[in-house]
Amino acid sequence: MSTAVSTIDEVKTTPWSGGRSPFSVEYGKIMMWFFLLSDAFTFSSLLIAYGALRFSSNSWPAADLIFQSVPGTSIEHGAPLVFVGLMTFILIMSSVTMVLGVEAGHRGAKKEVATWLILTVIGGFMFLGCQALEWRHLFSEGFGWGHIPKDLGEFFHKGAPVSATYTQQFANLFFTITGFHGFHVFTGVLINIIILVNVLRGTYEKRGSYLMVEKVGLYWHFVDLVWVFVFTFFYLV
Amino acid sequence: MSSETTHAAHHEGEEHESMTKKKIWGVFWILLGITTIEFIIALYLVPQGIIPLRAANPIYIVLTLFKAFYIIAYFMHLKFEKVGLIYAVVVPVLFIIGLILVLTNESHHWIDLRA
Repeated sequence: MSTAVSTIDEVKTTPWSGGRSPFSVEYGKIMMWFFLLSDAFTFSSLLIAYGALRFSSNSWPAADLIFQSVPGTSIEHGAPLVFVGLMTFILIMSSVTMVLGVEAGHRGAKKEVATWLILTVIGGFMFLGCQALEWRHLFSEGFGWGHIPKDLGEFFHKGAPVSATYTQQFANLFFTITGFHGFHVFTGVLINIIILVNVLRGTYEKRGSYLMVEKVGLYWHFVDLVWVFVFTFFYLV
Repeated sequence: MSSETTHAAHHEGEEHESMTKKKIWGVFWILLGITTIEFIIALYLVPQGIIPLRAANPIYIVLTLFKAFYIIAYFMHLKFEKVGLIYAVVVPVLFIIGLILVLTNESHHWIDLRA
């Protein structure tokens, strides 16, 4: 028998030649990525539907006239973007605490991971609280699923035709999309709490890897990412 | 299986090098800075008439895409993953662009149908 190895028997070592994952990412993490990809499709479908309805209308309620109060304070008019700016800051901040938690996990620093996760959970609750305040304020004005205020003149820019149909579409899309996003934040907070309990119980310390924190972090950043788009398309554009 | 786990552990080591605390805060300041620019445009430049609303909207969208890039690339760590994973995640997003093009184009025809 010849000891020479024929070319076909040579062991290939390129990433795609088999034997190991070409992505070199743990199974659960790549599944999280694909879940987030599908979730991105869901959110973009909702936002594209919003865009399509808006483009096909000759008038649209103005964001700076609808969102010009700071719920929870006495400021009712003339402060557009202030409250949503606060919400955006809270969510970006909680994304930072999450990624700092992931970084601490790489070093295996259990206490630090727990601290950052607690801060992330607090940030999530603060965001949800702000959203609850904003929704309650809009409900008090008469907005809701299938509900719009009687007098719509104040929500349209001067010269734009006032339309009940388009205001209704705006209200339905706003509550659907921010509601769906808020639901994601809520589940994100719940999962963060579960992960936090596991960190404190030493589950990941025993496992020798804080990869789970990383996977949940991916989800949390995705929620932040979606908010960046919701913020742009509902409050800015 | 054991070789896979050691490989994963090795990969984690790489990640630690690529995303330090300093870099995390750097990305935070970029995100905050971009949001601040959006606020300046919305609260000052547009009301003062320095930038027309028609020009502001595309600027918002470009700035939003920048923010999305920084969140995905650094916070979600995609920039440091294997190129195969990057393509597996980024290429399907092209379908979203397709849907945007189709529906925005279509919506211009809906105007005539709605009255």
